[in-house]
Amino acid sequence: MKAYKIIVLAKQVPDTRNVGKDAMKADGTINRAALSAIFNPEDLNALEQALRIKDSFPGSTVTILTMGPGRAAEIIREGMFRGADGGILLTDRAFAGSDTLATSYAISQALKKVKDYDIIIAGRQAIDGDTAQVGPQVAEKLGIPQVTYVEEVQKIEKGKVFMKRRLERGVETVSCPIPLVMTVNGSAPDCRARNSKLLMKCKHAKTVTELQNSNEDYLHLYNDRPYLNIPEWTVNDIEVEQAELGLSGSPTKVKTVENVVLQAKDAKIISSSDNDIDELMRELIESHTIG
Amino acid sequence: MNNVFVYCEIEDGQVAEVSQELMTKGRSLANELGCQLDAIVIGSELDGIEKEIYPYGVDTVFIADDKRLYPYSTLPHTSIIVKLFQEQKPQIALMGASSIGRDLGPRVSSALHSGLTADCTSLIIGDHFDKKQDKNYENLLYQIRPAFGGNIIATIINPDCRPQMATVREGVMKKEVVDPKYKGKLVKLEVAKYVSEADFVVEIIERHMEKSKVNMKAAPIVIAGGYGMGSKENFQLLYDLAEVLGGEVGASRAAVDAGYVDHERQIGQTGVTVRPKLYIACGISGQIQHRAGMEESAQIIAINTDPEAPINSVADYVITGDVATVLPKMIKYYKQNTK
Repeated sequence: MKAYKIIVLAKQVPDTRNVGKDAMKADGTINRAALSAIFNPEDLNALEQALRIKDSFPGSTVTILTMGPGRAAEIIREGMFRGADGGILLTDRAFAGSDTLATSYAISQALKKVKDYDIIIAGRQAIDGDTAQVGPQVAEKLGIPQVTYVEEVQKIEKGKVFMKRRLERGVETVSCPIPLVMTVNGSAPDCRARNSKLLMKCKHAKTVTELQNSNEDYLHLYNDRPYLNIPEWTVNDIEVEQAELGLSGSPTKVKTVENVVLQAKDAKIISSSDNDIDELMRELIESHTIG
Repeated sequence: MNNVFVYCEIEDGQVAEVSQELMTKGRSLANELGCQLDAIVIGSELDGIEKEIYPYGVDTVFIADDKRLYPYSTLPHTSIIVKLFQEQKPQIALMGASSIGRDLGPRVSSALHSGLTADCTSLIIGDHFDKKQDKNYENLLYQIRPAFGGNIIATIINPDCRPQMATVREGVMKKEVVDPKYKGKLVKLEVAKYVSEADFVVEIIERHMEKSKVNMKAAPIVIAGGYGMGSKENFQLLYDLAEVLGGEVGASRAAVDAGYVDHERQIGQTGVTVRPKLYIACGISGQIQHRAGMEESAQIIAINTDPEAPINSVADYVITGDVATVLPKMIKYYKQNTK
């Protein structure tokens, strides 16, 4: 049976779904420190699809590729606890300020260095931007087909992946030859939980930078157990045109950012007492808003 | 040349609602810029479709008609648009933020190295002065959208790359026929010149499309629940009230993410935009992305235990209290006081 080399594109994101009151500073700017950094939810759905392929085709490998600051290595470890074989952290100040196009350029250049891949799986979109653009743009830059909104990988046969897509008004089954990029919907099965054995095995996995900054007593382990080393790639490790990276490589620019200031309407404040609710309903019926 | 372009999505042989809305917006942008509005339709059996399109004020309708081009598939549609845009050099290109537009848009923008902004809630024309380059840009497309979990509103521009691309969700823009007799012209593309065999490697094996069961856009009353509803079971109260009042049930993203309700009921920037006569927000805190999808409702009632909830700022009536107590009272009064 054939084994597949699967790359999962994942992103560490601020948890914008749980923005508490302390997430905004007094001056109206975002207090990033108050938002926890999490594995982008749909990227976890993507990881699950990757792990399922690995389950069905023993010998397949799952590698997480993420671009971000040093601490994004956390999601590579998180992925390894759930069954990924390892990951690559793409990190460099030169990537700062990248829009989706500059991001997909950097990621596609990293994938060209990986070279040996069959299936690239990403979440449909990341919750910090909700753009759903990086997956298709990576596919275009690699010159391979894309299948978006995937809910389930049904089978892989004769070099083709069969997938169910979840669209607004229904489902579609498609087949696509390998290699391809697929993006996975949040409606796909949740990612399996951490595996305690894998947690013990991989919890010390580190990037070079993390290793330099740690007081690891067992440095020899990193020679004996190569899987503990998370490769860290900078612009020097991949072939890139500097002008295509970061702000200069981004056709879109943020012109202005406004904090959301609420100017309250003159709302009628009412209680949940019988009298108040009856009065409200009477008003609504009288004005023909209802009824 | 340098026109405004709209990609027309086709559903069951008809121009999709979102595309009609975008042509309306495109017409007003073109008027402001003093250029033409063009549309591209890709599909099969499209004879006469241009007659549905001209009335929105479209000057040129490009049609790529081939039986292999419907249903939508990424690669052939991308190839046609990329080549056509290289020939026509539009300054602005608009697509629906649907599963088609959000699949196609990024692929096209990557091929053309042009910027794309997803899920815009407003599009306006404006200038930009770049201090670093000491350069003034006139008549750029401001692509405005909430970002970062809705805590900020960002205005995005593409100063140097063309076309300036944006996707917009259905319902965000209003559709309007400019002139039922508007005179446009038709250009039929020779499909073979635009696509190659390699564009057809992805095969559609099966398709089950349904007419959407919920039609929140047309509902006069929308009763929407948020994370504060607490559970899927508690949503039943909303269905009860909706049935009594003759409305439709909607939800915030948090409620959809929590699994209380299906995605098709999601209201907001990444869901549907509604403008009902009456909107009742139940246990919804009211992040900007949600408000973007409902704040134009004629009347808004917010029911929330948190007197400080942001939703209250757009509400006409604020009920500080528990949804589980308030809704049954509303149902009871209504039943007793109407025939």
